[in-house]
Amino acid sequence: MPNTLYDKLWNLHEVDLRADGTYLLYIDRHLIHEVTSPQAFEGLKLAGRKPWRISANIATPDHNVPTTNRSKGLEGIDDEVSKLQVITLDDNCKEHEILQFDINDHRQGIVHVVGPEQGLTLPGMTIVCGDSHTSTHGALATLSMGIGTSEVEHVLATQCLKTSKLKNMRVVISGELQKGVTAKDVTLAVIGKIGTAGGTGYAIEYAGSVIENMSIEGRMTVCNMAIEAGARAGLVAYDLTTEKYIENRPFAPSGDQWIQATKQWSQLVSDDNAFFDHEITIDGSSIAPQVTWGTSPEMVSDIDGLIPESTSDSIKHALEYMNLESGKKIKDIQLDQVFIGSCTNSRIEDLREAAKILEGKKVSDSIKRAIVVPGSGLVSDQAIREGLDKIFIESGFEWRAPGCSMCLAMNPDQLGDGEHCASTSNRNFEGRQGYGGRTHLVSPATAAASSIEGSFVDVREYL
Amino acid sequence: MKNTITFHTGQAVPLDRDNVDTDQIIPKQFLKSIKKSGFGENLFDAWRYEDEGFPGQDVSKRKLSENFILNQSRFLDSDILISKKNFGCGSSREHAVWSLMDYGFRVVIAESFADIFYNNCFNNGLLPIVLSSNEIDKLLALSHERKIIEIDLENQVIFSEDSQVAQFEIDPFRKKCILEGLDEIGLSLTHSEQIKEFEKKRALDSPWIFINEKKNG
Ligand code: SF4
Repeated sequence: MPNTLYDKLWNLHEVDLRADGTYLLYIDRHLIHEVTSPQAFEGLKLAGRKPWRISANIATPDHNVPTTNRSKGLEGIDDEVSKLQVITLDDNCKEHEILQFDINDHRQGIVHVVGPEQGLTLPGMTIVCGDSHTSTHGALATLSMGIGTSEVEHVLATQCLKTSKLKNMRVVISGELQKGVTAKDVTLAVIGKIGTAGGTGYAIEYAGSVIENMSIEGRMTVCNMAIEAGARAGLVAYDLTTEKYIENRPFAPSGDQWIQATKQWSQLVSDDNAFFDHEITIDGSSIAPQVTWGTSPEMVSDIDGLIPESTSDSIKHALEYMNLESGKKIKDIQLDQVFIGSCTNSRIEDLREAAKILEGKKVSDSIKRAIVVPGSGLVSDQAIREGLDKIFIESGFEWRAPGCSMCLAMNPDQLGDGEHCASTSNRNFEGRQGYGGRTHLVSPATAAASSIEGSFVDVREYL
Repeated sequence: MKNTITFHTGQAVPLDRDNVDTDQIIPKQFLKSIKKSGFGENLFDAWRYEDEGFPGQDVSKRKLSENFILNQSRFLDSDILISKKNFGCGSSREHAVWSLMDYGFRVVIAESFADIFYNNCFNNGLLPIVLSSNEIDKLLALSHERKIIEIDLENQVIFSEDSQVAQFEIDPFRKKCILEGLDEIGLSLTHSEQIKEFEKKRALDSPWIFINEKKNG
């Protein structure tokens, strides 16, 4: 019987059926960060249990770390409660001898940027993390899912996730993208089409010529937001692009194992005629740069669109919160802050894309603050080697140290009450980027071009 | 007429919205705790209070938002929450479930739930119930009238004043877990031999997955 990529990954990891009808799925890699793990380690200790396989785990602090003052390490964290959380991660990793890229390690960064970058994310793996954007790693033909803290504890103790099988959905992006339209616009357009619950209960495989021609960085951006469409997992088939991306990464196999691995990995594609419970196709050439106007990622519009009529309570509530009027042009939304970063868009390709637009230009005076936060220490190093940091700084952006930063504003990087922000992150929920803050999700290119103008612009006209 | 033991009897509060996300249920500044308890007073913090909340504050001194439904005096003692589509979407934070429970909720009824939140509920003994939009509308109306709602988990039926309002589906094992509070990890560990066998085979087939420790440091 022909299988989908998801089916194959599932079959490779199914351990046993429990008495309750749920499956134990073997977990190859478990990523850990400071916010969702302390209670899991605590639970383990209280029950007198130990981690099942230490080497499956890898940790890095990201949500709470400040993006300034990093040379001071832990002492650079002003907020005592945040500091305790980062220290607790240190302690738990030390106690269990779990490999951690700690706050002083140049490999530290957002867990979903670090995993692939280090070759800790390898095709064919199952990967979990106490973070919903674990779907990112599916871009490398892995089955990767976000889990809650109880499940973190379960995976630590048993090396298995207790789960049921998802249904298969395929989203085909055909044709070719217009210039200036990026992976972020693709993933937002998909959410606009299927809605934030459209993928609930499914694993979404992204396919079609647009995805095939996309870099791994772009595919990660697309899979990252599968969860915003309600899907626990996003997937892209293995191909030569995947192989090239992984080769020579620190934790990737080498020598004979590399040959053996790539041979295995080449099977990680959906078979012809494999069955999908649901399938949609979007013409890639029809996708315009996207901007969200509301408080849910499905509240999204083409850049040349208008704020919609309030036809439901949800829209009414969102427009009130965002202080926007129906009929107003997206392009007329005035911006206060610009944020380039997050596990959606903080990889080197994203920074290059934004820097290309900013080169020789200045951020508008009406922008109070524009910051760029690389996804990891290594992304930062690479960008500095390419001189991108200088381009950002000269244009008026602040160049920061790696972390989640203003994606969820657990650290000091936050929006002020009522401020509008062009953000390359993934969630425009109320207060997500700061109390009363108003987030508009966009691509790095759109964020950069809009920072010059002070309001949203069509980046296609900027190229 | 009903004649079985109820799982829970209480007052319901209507949170008449789609897409209530976990950032709303418990805003990020409260995720800095390394404990599971104490989140209740900051449940729905941005909707519930007039000012911006931060950890360690004395909440009794904060001004409540009068318009927010949980603050209305007739709903103050509610322990059943009713909402609409895609409840619990967004972040995987289990703190959302901990805060709902710490506040006093025992049951959340919605048209649909986000997957991770739904799992998190069962892992903590919070009962999530999915009903059709018609049934939700019925319950919303009943909750506005302050009618007592009874949930008979055994028979998967919801009553109000002894008449049946709705029936619901629930996975039999999950039902058992809620009723008896089973140890999930303990149960999975009864499969230890199979996990070990599987792991051996996986290490033979794909040894590169197990090489992480060699590169440490
Ligand atoms: S960057 Fe944002 S979405 Fe990504 S892991 Fe950090 S907080 Fe979560």
